[in-house]
Amino acid sequence: MGAGALFIAVFLACAVEAVEATTIVLAAGTARDWRSAITGTLSALAVLAILVAALGPAVSALPLRELRLVVGALLLIFGLQWLRKAILRASGYKALHDENEIYRKQLAAAATEPGQRRGRVRDWYAFTLSFKGVLLEGLEVVFIALTFGGNAHNLPLAALAAICAVAVVAATGAAVRAPLSRVPENTLKFIVGIMLTAFGTFWGAEGAGANWPGSDAALLALVPAIALFALGLVAALRRAKAAQAAASGRGPAAEVG
Amino acid sequence: MGKRLRDFLAFLYDFVVGDDWRIAVSVVAGLALTYAVSKTSVPAWWLLPVLLVVMLPVSLWLAARRR
Repeated sequence: MGAGALFIAVFLACAVEAVEATTIVLAAGTARDWRSAITGTLSALAVLAILVAALGPAVSALPLRELRLVVGALLLIFGLQWLRKAILRASGYKALHDENEIYRKQLAAAATEPGQRRGRVRDWYAFTLSFKGVLLEGLEVVFIALTFGGNAHNLPLAALAAICAVAVVAATGAAVRAPLSRVPENTLKFIVGIMLTAFGTFWGAEGAGANWPGSDAALLALVPAIALFALGLVAALRRAKAAQAAASGRGPAAEVG
Repeated sequence: MGKRLRDFLAFLYDFVVGDDWRIAVSVVAGLALTYAVSKTSVPAWWLLPVLLVVMLPVSLWLAARRR
């Protein structure tokens, strides 16, 4: 895997997660207390840094074949789930991910909770909301950076890509003080789903003992093949949805979730 | 079992397995099959792509039918 491909794959995947975490922190800061929200964010980042420091050397020390088997399996499961959700969204069976709507819901929920001071934290609700949001979304960032970096034998570059993605998204969020709804999140998730599925298929099969024709070059065929297949599924589901709507005599409606 | 442990296990299940458990099960089965075939003289690389071509539409079809 080339350094450029590794950087782009990790950057895009981490940027998507960072957009979701930023929305939660913005809601906690705007509706409650900025200092507590930022303290929660920094605390979660500290926990994630400890995780990377502990797991990074362990991942690097694993034999490559076993690492590829485990990581390939997890990436393929992750990738297929992302792709499945992205295809359902693109075909209208699931509502599009809307950062503005999520932000409004978080704001409304945060506004109703009573304030509570704990120790040095002025607003415990804002602290925990930010902490949980950043930690949960950050775990995926850590997983993606460690697995891609470990497999490509370039953990520093994967970590740099993840840090760049988080820094760019966090700086943009801080500058605009609004959810990053202009980021084409659904399209990004579709692309990341394709990449995770392709790399998961490639590494999983290699880890299980298979030899790809053309070795690493097989990825150059896998990525576009999976993309075309996914786009074909979107088209087929859109047709099915339209036919369903026509048969029942009403317009198409997507479920939120 | 404590609530915290149950919550953690639920989080772990959601994090790793996600919305459709069939995908996780089929990936594990596909990898086991790939391993078994790789021990023979038959090429094993095509098994996971075939699994993907079968499993993804099935999972989507089941999800679309529910909605």
